Amino acid sequence: MKKICSVFMICLLSACASQKTQPTAEVVERSIGTDGGAAAEGSGLATGGPTFHSLQDPDSILSQRSVYYDYDSYTVKNEYRELVLAHARYLRSNPDASVLLQGNTDERGSREYNLALGQRRADSVKNMMTLAGARDAQIESVSLGEEKPRAMGHDESSWAENRRTDILYHGE
Amino acid sequence: MLISSRYLSRWLFFFLVWLLCKPLNAALDIEIFGGGATQIPIAIAPFAAESRLPQSITSVVTADLQRSGLFRIVDSAGLAPHNPAGVVYADWANRGASALVIGETNLLPDGQIEIRFYLMDVAKRVQLTSLVTSVSAAQLRAAAHRIADIVFEALTGNIGVFSSRIAYVMKQGENYALQVADADGFNAQSVIEYSEPIISPVWSPDGSKIAYVSFANKKPVVYVQTVATGERRVVANFKGSNSAPAWSPDGKKLAVVLTTQGNSQIFLINADGGGLQRLTRSAGIDTEPSFSPDGRSIIFTSDRGGSPQIYRMAITETASGAAERLTFEGNYNVSPDFSRDGKSFTFIHRHNNQFNVAIQDIATRQMQILTKSQFDESPSFAPNDMMILYATEIGGRGILSAVSRDGQTRQQLTMQIGDIREPVWGPLPGLK
Repeated sequence: MKKICSVFMICLLSACASQKTQPTAEVVERSIGTDGGAAAEGSGLATGGPTFHSLQDPDSILSQRSVYYDYDSYTVKNEYRELVLAHARYLRSNPDASVLLQGNTDERGSREYNLALGQRRADSVKNMMTLAGARDAQIESVSLGEEKPRAMGHDESSWAENRRTDILYHGE
Repeated sequence: MLISSRYLSRWLFFFLVWLLCKPLNAALDIEIFGGGATQIPIAIAPFAAESRLPQSITSVVTADLQRSGLFRIVDSAGLAPHNPAGVVYADWANRGASALVIGETNLLPDGQIEIRFYLMDVAKRVQLTSLVTSVSAAQLRAAAHRIADIVFEALTGNIGVFSSRIAYVMKQGENYALQVADADGFNAQSVIEYSEPIISPVWSPDGSKIAYVSFANKKPVVYVQTVATGERRVVANFKGSNSAPAWSPDGKKLAVVLTTQGNSQIFLINADGGGLQRLTRSAGIDTEPSFSPDGRSIIFTSDRGGSPQIYRMAITETASGAAERLTFEGNYNVSPDFSRDGKSFTFIHRHNNQFNVAIQDIATRQMQILTKSQFDESPSFAPNDMMILYATEIGGRGILSAVSRDGQTRQQLTMQIGDIREPVWGPLPGLK
C-alpha cells in the first residue's frame, strides 16, 4: 500500500512539473547521476565551475540542446550545424566545461541496432565538436537507443521527436 | 446512497463470481492461427480420474499438440478407454483418428500421483509407446509436457520442445522484469527486476544461465545470471556501451558488442569476463552476433555497405576473417539468429514500413517472409528449429508470438498485464 501511495505521489508530482521540459531533466539525472546537479533549470551557478549564463539564456543558441535526425540516419543536418558549432565554441573557450551527448532513436526496428544507431548519432555530434576545437576529454558520447523515449506516442511526430541527440552539460 | 450501496454489493457479487470462475492461469491467452497442410488426426481421451487432480493432464497435452500446428484434435466425447485392453479401434477409426492417447492417474500413499500413458496407432491397431511416471502435484504440467513431447516425437519424427523454457522481458510501468516461463507461457517467474531497461536476454547452451544487458548502471552493461540461484556477474562493463551478448556453442565464451574502441564492434570474451579479443574491424556498426552451431563462424548485423544487412564471418585465430554479405533484399535486415541445424537463419526484414520475421536458407540464399504484422522484433528458433519465437505488438502493447518455419501456423500468447518484449527460446531440458 505504501508503495502504491508513493507511486501515486510521484505521478502527481510529475504531473505538476510536466509543463516544463521535465523529460530532459529526468534523463540527465539517470544518465549522469551527478548528485542533485540535474535539478538545474534556471537554478544556476555551480561554484568553482564554469558559469552557465549563456547556456541558459533563452535568446542564446546555446540554450538549444537537441539535434534531430532523419529516419535511419545519423548525419547532422545543416540546420543543426550552427547549434553544434556554438556548443563546440563554448567548450573551446570554457576548458573546464564538459558535456554528455546522449543518442536516441525511435522505437521501430531492432533494439540492439537502435542502440548502435543512437551511439552513431551521439558520435556524429562529438566528431563535429572536436573538429571545431573542443577537446576529446570534454565530451562523452553514449547511447540510450530506443529505451528512453521522450515522446511516448506510436506515430511519426513521436518518432521524429525521439530521433535525437541531447547535449547535457555536467554540473549544470 | 441506497442505490449506490446496492450497486456496490451487486458489483462485489459479480466480482466474487468472476474470481471463483477464473481459471488459475487466466493471465495467459493463447490463440492459434492457420495450420499445416497435412495435420495428423489424433484423439486424446481424458485420463482416468484426472478430474480430481489440481491440473488436467490431457488439456495440456491437447494444447501443446494443437499449438504445433501439426495435429488436428479428433473429438473423444463418449469414449474413454484408459488402457490398451479397453480400446475399440473401430470406434476411433470411424471418427477419423489415426492416433489415440489414453491414460490413467492414481494417487499414491505418499501423496505422489502415478501417471500411466499409452500412445496407440489406430490404423495398425498397436501400441506405439507408453510411459509410467510418478510426480508431485506441482509437476503435473511438466509431466503433461513430457507426454506431449513423446507423442510429438513418435508421430512426427522430430524432437518435441514442449518441455523447454523461454525467457523474455516484461515492462510494467517503470519496472522491467527478466522472466523465464514454460514454452507455453505458464509458470512465469522473474529472474531479476530493475527500474531501468533490460534487453537482449540469451540462454547459455546448457540452459543454466542467461546473459542480458541492463541499463541499471546508467549505461548498457552485460551480465550473466545463473537461473537457479540468481547469482549474477558482470561480464562486460567497458568504457562506452556493452551489449548484444551471444553464447558460443560450448558455453565458454560470449560474443559481445562494445564501443570501447570507437564504433560498435563485435568482441569475444570469456564467460567469466576475461580474455577480450576483437572480432570485427569495420568503420560502421557491427552488432547482434549469433554463432553457427559448430562455433566456427558468426552471423551479425552491419551497416558497412550503407544499410543494415546480415553478414557472416569465420572466427579464426587471427580474429579477422573476411565478412561475407548474406542478405540483399531491401535496405533493413537485422537481428539474425542461426538455426540449430546451421542450415538457415531467421531475422527481421523491413519492407513497406513493416518489420517482419523472415528466414533465409544458407546454401540457396532463398529468403521467405513469414509474418504479416507491423512491428516484429527479436526472432529466435525453437530448439527443434520448427518454430520461431518473436515479439510483436497489438494496440501498442508488446506480446509474444511464434510462427512455424514454413509460415503456415502462428500462435499468439497474450498476457493480461505488462508489455512483453525480447523473447528468446531456451535449449532442450537436460541437454548438456
